[in-house]
Amino acid sequence: MFRRLVEPAGHVTVTIDGRPFSVAAGETLSTAMLLAGFAGLRRSARLGRERGPFCGMGVCFDCLVTIDGAANRQACLVRVRDGMAVQTGTRLAALADTVPE
Amino acid sequence: MMPFDLVIVGAGPAGLRAAVEAAAGGLSVMLVDEGREPGGQIYRGSESGAFAGTAKLGPDYAAGAVLAAAFRASGVQALFGATVIQIEREADGSFCVSVATGHDKAVVIRAKVVIAATGAQERPFPIDGWTLPGVMTAGAAQTMLKADGVVPDGPVVLAGTGPLLYLLAAQYAALGVAIDTLLDTAAPGNWRRALRHVPGFLASRYAFKGLGLLCKALAATRIIRGVEAVAAIGDTRLSAVAYRKGATERTIPAHVLLLHHGVVPQINLTWSAGAQHRWNAARLAFEPVRDASGQTDVPGLFIAGDSGGIGGAQAAEAEGALAAFGVLRMLRGTAGDDDRTERQWRRRLAVSLRGRAFLDALYAPRQSHLSPPDDVIVCRCEEVTAGDIRKAVRRGAMGPNQVKAFTRAGMGPCQSRMCGLTTVAIIAAETGQSPSDIGHMRLRAPVKPVTVAQIASLSDTGERSAVD
Repeated sequence: MFRRLVEPAGHVTVTIDGRPFSVAAGETLSTAMLLAGFAGLRRSARLGRERGPFCGMGVCFDCLVTIDGAANRQACLVRVRDGMAVQTGTRLAALADTVPE
Repeated sequence: MMPFDLVIVGAGPAGLRAAVEAAAGGLSVMLVDEGREPGGQIYRGSESGAFAGTAKLGPDYAAGAVLAAAFRASGVQALFGATVIQIEREADGSFCVSVATGHDKAVVIRAKVVIAATGAQERPFPIDGWTLPGVMTAGAAQTMLKADGVVPDGPVVLAGTGPLLYLLAAQYAALGVAIDTLLDTAAPGNWRRALRHVPGFLASRYAFKGLGLLCKALAATRIIRGVEAVAAIGDTRLSAVAYRKGATERTIPAHVLLLHHGVVPQINLTWSAGAQHRWNAARLAFEPVRDASGQTDVPGLFIAGDSGGIGGAQAAEAEGALAAFGVLRMLRGTAGDDDRTERQWRRRLAVSLRGRAFLDALYAPRQSHLSPPDDVIVCRCEEVTAGDIRKAVRRGAMGPNQVKAFTRAGMGPCQSRMCGLTTVAIIAAETGQSPSDIGHMRLRAPVKPVTVAQIASLSDTGERSAVD
């Protein structure tokens, strides 16, 4: 879906849904996740549909993930750090499962 | 503890220039920005991005590094990675600026004067399937390019209208990134309406730049003009893009679809701070009402750059300088060493704005794309369709606030940034009213979602020392 045009200076390791990924140091988290093959980062609140990064600048709130235990963080506004633990599918997804249609 | 003389919100060209000029005039300044370094969106990655220190993204982008360096040299304090959630004017005329500095932390910064330079966001382009992963805005793709040096892989389609669409296509072309198709959705009549603005355009820097961009993009890309409808197709992610032009309907495979519909001011913060905003019928957007220095009807609240009305990076920088001079005059009784400098910035602003009316007319979106068909999702957060909104209007919802109450459109975490203008356009089309009479959904603080921990941490700060 996306590829890197410029080789990064260094790499760090983050875990996404428990799996380790080597990503470019200092990279935007949403970019790192797209490169790692995660197109959808969470499910929508009402219909439970896949959502991925959309606006890339903190406006749309579609790229919400859980970072080191903190829920609903905007992946497009965060840079990766070594050892960062990310979970896709925020609590909004869990909420969607309990809401009757 | 003493408040800062000036708090600036936003580290794009307007905020950076305002900081440099205010600091040069002897003011104590604090700058706050959501990003990780100076630059905002237009100059994103100027310091440490993938193309920092290169000319690969063009001379306009390279200007960002110069401005960022001037800002660093100014010694102005800055909080990066921090989100301003509220600006309140106190009874004594000073300001309390609430800033989320972490997911469980927030501080209040006090200031005599505030300059909001929160920039622009892309106008929503609601189409069928635009919530699918793989569909992004052109601005998002450009951000990934600037910050991380990452580009689309596999079949990519650009769709919509606006100079940024062609700028991105030209930047990709210059870097050897292939775009399969650019679907231009601008209305065919735009050329006619733009004609009377041609003299201004020819006198502008866009004339040369614009033609250069077009040539680069045209040579490398298949461009289809007069596209009337676009749809994103896929199950859990994008697999194809369908479009219609006259009687022709085609579906093309795509892994990435980049949408663009022009840019509009980000008004959530300034609206929630109580500043008056007005509908601009030529630009199809709400803009704050400002005087020549950028001051709003909230005394001491200034607005500079694209958040006051779209003018581009150079105009934004000039407005940042002019706002800083206005602040200096307010606090010190003089706008720095001589008013020749101020006159020069005013002239630069006028020159930068030349040609803007032409671009606004040429790239105006189609009415059918501003007010989309019934089954298109308008509010992405709450998954409210255009049909839901129309039904609410027919059932008596008088304006956007009632539509919100009837349908939940605008109640999600983006706080109507993605659906506000579309909701207004639908109400306008249904009722025949002008957006100027309809108004926008009421925008309130906190302007971004906050955690309970952030609110709790606010109570025991409140002084300048909290951020020292």
